[in-house]
Amino acid sequence: MGEVILEMKDIDKSFPGVHALDHVCFDVRRGEVHALMGENGAGKSTLMKVLTGIYTKDSGTIIYEGKEIEFHGTREAQDAGVVIVHQELNMVGHLTVAQNIFIGREFKKGFSIDDRKMNEEAAKLFKRLNIDIDPTATMSDLTVGKQQMCEIAKAISHDAKVIIFDEPSAALTETEIEDLFKIIRDLRDQQLGIVYISHRMDEIKVITDRVTVMRDGCYVGTLITADSTKEDIVSMMVGRVIYEEPKTKSMVPDDAPVVLKVDHLCAGKMVQDVSFELRKGEILGFAGLMGAGRTETARAIFGADPKESGDIYVNGKLVEINSPEDAVKAGIGYLSEDRKRFGIVVQKTIAENTTMADLQNYMKGLFIDKKKEKKVAQEFVDSLATKTPSVDQLVVNLSGGNQQKVVIAKWLCKNSDILIFDEPTRGIDVGAKNEIYKLMNKLASEGKSIIMISSEMTEILRMSDRIVVMCEGHKTGELRIEETKQELIMSLATRDIG
Amino acid sequence: MEKKKAPAKIFKQELIVFLVVVALLIFFCAASEDFRKYTTILTIMDYSYYIVLMAIGVAFPLITGGVDLSIGTGLVCYSLAGGYMIVHMGLPVWLAMIVTILFGIVIGTLNGFLIGVMGLPPFLATLCTCMITRGLGSICSGNFGISWPASGQDGSWFRNIFKYTAGDTKIPLGFIWVLILAIVMHYVLNHTKIGRYTIAIGSNKEAAILSGINVKFYHIMAYVISGFFAALAAIAYSAVFGTVLPGTGAGFELEAIGGAIIGGVSATGGAGSIIGTFIGVFVICLLKTGLPFIGLQANWQQIVTGLVLIGSVMVDIVKKSKEAKK
Repeated sequence: MGEVILEMKDIDKSFPGVHALDHVCFDVRRGEVHALMGENGAGKSTLMKVLTGIYTKDSGTIIYEGKEIEFHGTREAQDAGVVIVHQELNMVGHLTVAQNIFIGREFKKGFSIDDRKMNEEAAKLFKRLNIDIDPTATMSDLTVGKQQMCEIAKAISHDAKVIIFDEPSAALTETEIEDLFKIIRDLRDQQLGIVYISHRMDEIKVITDRVTVMRDGCYVGTLITADSTKEDIVSMMVGRVIYEEPKTKSMVPDDAPVVLKVDHLCAGKMVQDVSFELRKGEILGFAGLMGAGRTETARAIFGADPKESGDIYVNGKLVEINSPEDAVKAGIGYLSEDRKRFGIVVQKTIAENTTMADLQNYMKGLFIDKKKEKKVAQEFVDSLATKTPSVDQLVVNLSGGNQQKVVIAKWLCKNSDILIFDEPTRGIDVGAKNEIYKLMNKLASEGKSIIMISSEMTEILRMSDRIVVMCEGHKTGELRIEETKQELIMSLATRDIG
Repeated sequence: MEKKKAPAKIFKQELIVFLVVVALLIFFCAASEDFRKYTTILTIMDYSYYIVLMAIGVAFPLITGGVDLSIGTGLVCYSLAGGYMIVHMGLPVWLAMIVTILFGIVIGTLNGFLIGVMGLPPFLATLCTCMITRGLGSICSGNFGISWPASGQDGSWFRNIFKYTAGDTKIPLGFIWVLILAIVMHYVLNHTKIGRYTIAIGSNKEAAILSGINVKFYHIMAYVISGFFAALAAIAYSAVFGTVLPGTGAGFELEAIGGAIIGGVSATGGAGSIIGTFIGVFVICLLKTGLPFIGLQANWQQIVTGLVLIGSVMVDIVKKSKEAKK
């Protein structure tokens, strides 16, 4: 580890109603990988946006290479050598790899852009990184992993001295992550300062030298990675040690009836010959990496996407599901990973959202029976412990966890017996997560059957009675919770499909 | 290596549209004896210039994922303003042309500002400027139709730019100019910063912003190009037609946008071709001129044009969903 190249002192930033950063300190040294950790909304991204000039800080100082500086926008930061590799890939799909890498600073020959030179320079960059990518390939044709490599190449081409990786591994396969780490280590050895933002504790242990933890916009502390345990870091993140022990044994009796049977389901490239059974009162975890085809499977079962072949049996009877309407009639409810887009209507009240799927039972002639609607919505608010002043509250004003409860209420209101939870705790903070978990367990014990798609290993291990693992559209394994190990799931999730 | 792959993919669409044009020509020639005349070519050309020019321009907003609805009424407005200056203020034609073009650039900049800086939806912003230019045009001309100098009059030289009269033969010279402009703008789209950032904005605006590109400027530029070409179209229109009437022009933009989309400009932005646009407009112009020869009058032309457009947008959508499946 070399001298400090970048130091942020007492950074303060408020948005209307939110104190996003409360006198935060952070520094990066040459030749180190420094992890920045914290829950969603802890302020990590805000801090990095202040650093690169996307946000203007209210107070505090930033010292870079010995001088106090303030960047006005990513461009200035880039030019000075501070570059972010964003979590969402920021690539222009219609342009080529080289055109993307040099976007904003194209080589010119007279009035026109010198594409040939850009291709040559891109090829040189890839050589330096030991990556095999064709600079003339169209960006949208590459895999997510390759696209990320291009992002890194782009960052390095700025002659970067500090590179910030914002959850870079979220969409990568295991081998791609290996490659990524190799590159990061190379860059570290070239004396660059690297900031690594991630939620994955295992990665932090493997790749980083120091860890700084943030919570609720405050700086909590900095640890040397090698000297600290996972529990140290987690307890700093949440402010308390949380109970996240895996489930050790299935809660479902062996003779519980099968409520949903999916038989050789095929739907496009992402769902190929998937079969499984779901028992009454069971929580069936669907594990796998992003893009494994789990959401697509759920959507095909729910009738949201057309299926090519395969049968679906509910309570032993063959059902024809060609649209979400059919699925809802068969008693299936789907809680999308993207609540705001598919789950709820944010500009409507809790009451209106609750009855949305079951409106015909709330009609008085031509009109909606508002009184009954509110009464039922209130019952669900009480039983699910949704935190809201009233059922007339607009859903947009609720926190992520409480929004999720409204979606659950919607399907319970419809009396769905089979609930598909797709990433049920995405974007929900730790406290609310526990509540959702408790709620899911309660629903299961009351006889509802749950399919839970999750990319979080701890969530899968903690909640599932049985686990289905998918990889690239295929079911690659089915495990009883008693025999499950994290490593086993991982190896199934990354199995090579011949 | 790059010479082999990418262009082949792009030119495929253009080739298909070109074949459609050829097929239409053969069809109309076979179906109607009257169609097989030199004057028909002249008519098609006359109708094509202003639509091609508008289409080249509007391709840029379309590729950013927006649209410019103000070019039709804008065209008439600029033409009336320029004509008024020639007829009533005695300005020389060349100067009036420059003023016309500046007018187009000003309205284009206004559109760009509303959309790129103020963040108005393109549809709404240009619908407003569409109404504004329509009103302005009527005010400029005092509600009367205006004719730029007719053949034989002083200053009618500009009509020869588009249709050169040598004795009894008329040569559609304008075709060469619009073709050159199309090639130039094709190059601008694919090999200059303006073009590349136009594509980037339409494909992934967020990425463009985060790459440190002055997205506002280039977003505005797309509409400036559109306004500039609408003004060029105004000059072409004034040169080809006798009198320009205030209150007209609404609907021209649809033919231009239609041509661009037939020519492979993606209806959702991010991709497009100017050469394709150029050829696509001729599909529309051929239908417009050709259908009356087989007994289908104005109303039928519109229906057929609408159906052709639906067809080409469907092709775009099918292509996209195929790509997504890949």
